[in-house]
Amino acid sequence: MEILAGSSDISFLVYLTTMFILALAHTITAVRGNWRGVGPVKRQRVYFVNHNSHGDFVLVWTVLPANLRANTRPVAGSDYWMASRLKRFIGQSVFNAVLIDRNPETRQADPVEMMVEALDAGDSLILFPEGTRNMTEKVLLPFKPGLFHLASARPDIDMVPVWIENLNRVMPKGALVPIPLICTVTFGDAMRLEVDETKQDFLERAEAALLDLSSDKSNSMD
Amino acid sequence: MNNNFLILLASVAAILAVASTVGFILKWRSGAAGLNGTVENLNARINAWWVMAILMAIAFSVGNTGVVILFAICSFAALREFLTLTNTKAADHWALAVAVFVVLPLQYVSVGMNWYGFYSIFIPVYAFLLLPIIASLRGETDKFLIRVAEAQWALMVSVFCVSHVPALLSLNIAGYEGQNLFLIFFLVVVVQSSDVLQYVWGKLFGKRKIAPRLSPSKTLEGLVGGVLSASALGAALFWITPFSMLQAAGLSLVITIMGFFGGLVMSAIKRDRGVKDWGNLIAGHGGFIDRLDSVIFSAPIFFHIVRFFWDVH
Repeated sequence: MEILAGSSDISFLVYLTTMFILALAHTITAVRGNWRGVGPVKRQRVYFVNHNSHGDFVLVWTVLPANLRANTRPVAGSDYWMASRLKRFIGQSVFNAVLIDRNPETRQADPVEMMVEALDAGDSLILFPEGTRNMTEKVLLPFKPGLFHLASARPDIDMVPVWIENLNRVMPKGALVPIPLICTVTFGDAMRLEVDETKQDFLERAEAALLDLSSDKSNSMD
Repeated sequence: MNNNFLILLASVAAILAVASTVGFILKWRSGAAGLNGTVENLNARINAWWVMAILMAIAFSVGNTGVVILFAICSFAALREFLTLTNTKAADHWALAVAVFVVLPLQYVSVGMNWYGFYSIFIPVYAFLLLPIIASLRGETDKFLIRVAEAQWALMVSVFCVSHVPALLSLNIAGYEGQNLFLIFFLVVVVQSSDVLQYVWGKLFGKRKIAPRLSPSKTLEGLVGGVLSASALGAALFWITPFSMLQAAGLSLVITIMGFFGGLVMSAIKRDRGVKDWGNLIAGHGGFIDRLDSVIFSAPIFFHIVRFFWDVH
């Protein structure tokens, strides 16, 4: 309802786009949130999610209750979301994404600092720790160190593994039309960086926690 | 026509009201003892029945177009559930996109146009040949036969069979003009109440398991009691159909038995794929196919029997 409060044209357009995206996500995927670990409560979190498709954070965002959705910002690559006016509108105005430059050569701001800034403002984050879309046959790619740096910077914030099942079949690489298939979004138990935990140990623990939510836990080739 | 419609509407509402009251009393009585899974499930089912009855009533008030659109949406939801459990690969993407966004709409448009010559063969002939052609163009041979067979099954079950419910509207029965909606009411009510009555009879008197591996809850007592009582209900509904009371009883027997076996076949598929329900769309009912399986198997048979013996073609 907060989103209705604004009276300018842009906020109405944002509201319409939001409703359209939610309706589309429900129609194509009949998505249901499976709160196996944490519950859908208003609490600051970093949701770390497996990444196969551009629609991934849309699904997480769709299953969040509206009052959580308003304060949950996806972290996404600016190269993709700044590429056109439409993407810019959706990325910035609708999803309020934290747009990071994934290229260390050109980046002006440190991605971890930008995420910390968003956390300090009270928002939750949706993060893809694999760093890029997983186009391989493997179930999960090794995590980039970003998740560890974020956990070190703000160790008192809950990190929640979130597994998206089936969306890669809805929109395989290069597909123009989605195939309607039922998707699930499973939320695991919250975890935090332990005292003296090394980067490698933490990332391996986080990978295992995420993989534990998938239907195929082997992470082997298909 | 309108009078009958109102009588039936009131009857369904009254039955559901009784069910809701019973569900409420059971909930109230088991309230002190803590959560009762069976009662919770029963109440969720009753609530879902209300939603289904209301949607059907709205579609019926809109008329033929409303009914065709309602079942097209059911087909879409069923296809979504079925495809989820298949072995589809990225190489099948175009074939599946055609199945969902071309075949399904064309099937229902032709049903809406009363074009029997098209909708009765489109999926078994044209889609059957066209989809494997599209799938083969990508050159992916791994599990090819399984993939194309599953896609065809998905279309037959979710689209072709389901579309035979609204196809009843296109039958042309002498002296029954403008009343075909009641054929749909007859089919859906008899088959669905057979499901419920089989469950009730099975819970009360069930001893001998019929298919312990496929569906452990199905018993011989449940089957016989459910099929016979639902057929009695069908016979009692003869006045809204073009059938005599005996004919209505016989047709009810056929569609309730087909419905029973439909549930059995769909259970076998679920067991094969290691799932309990087809989906999570309807609270307490699992997925769309969990609720529709009996209608899916009875609708085409009912359609063709009525067309063969009653339709003037």
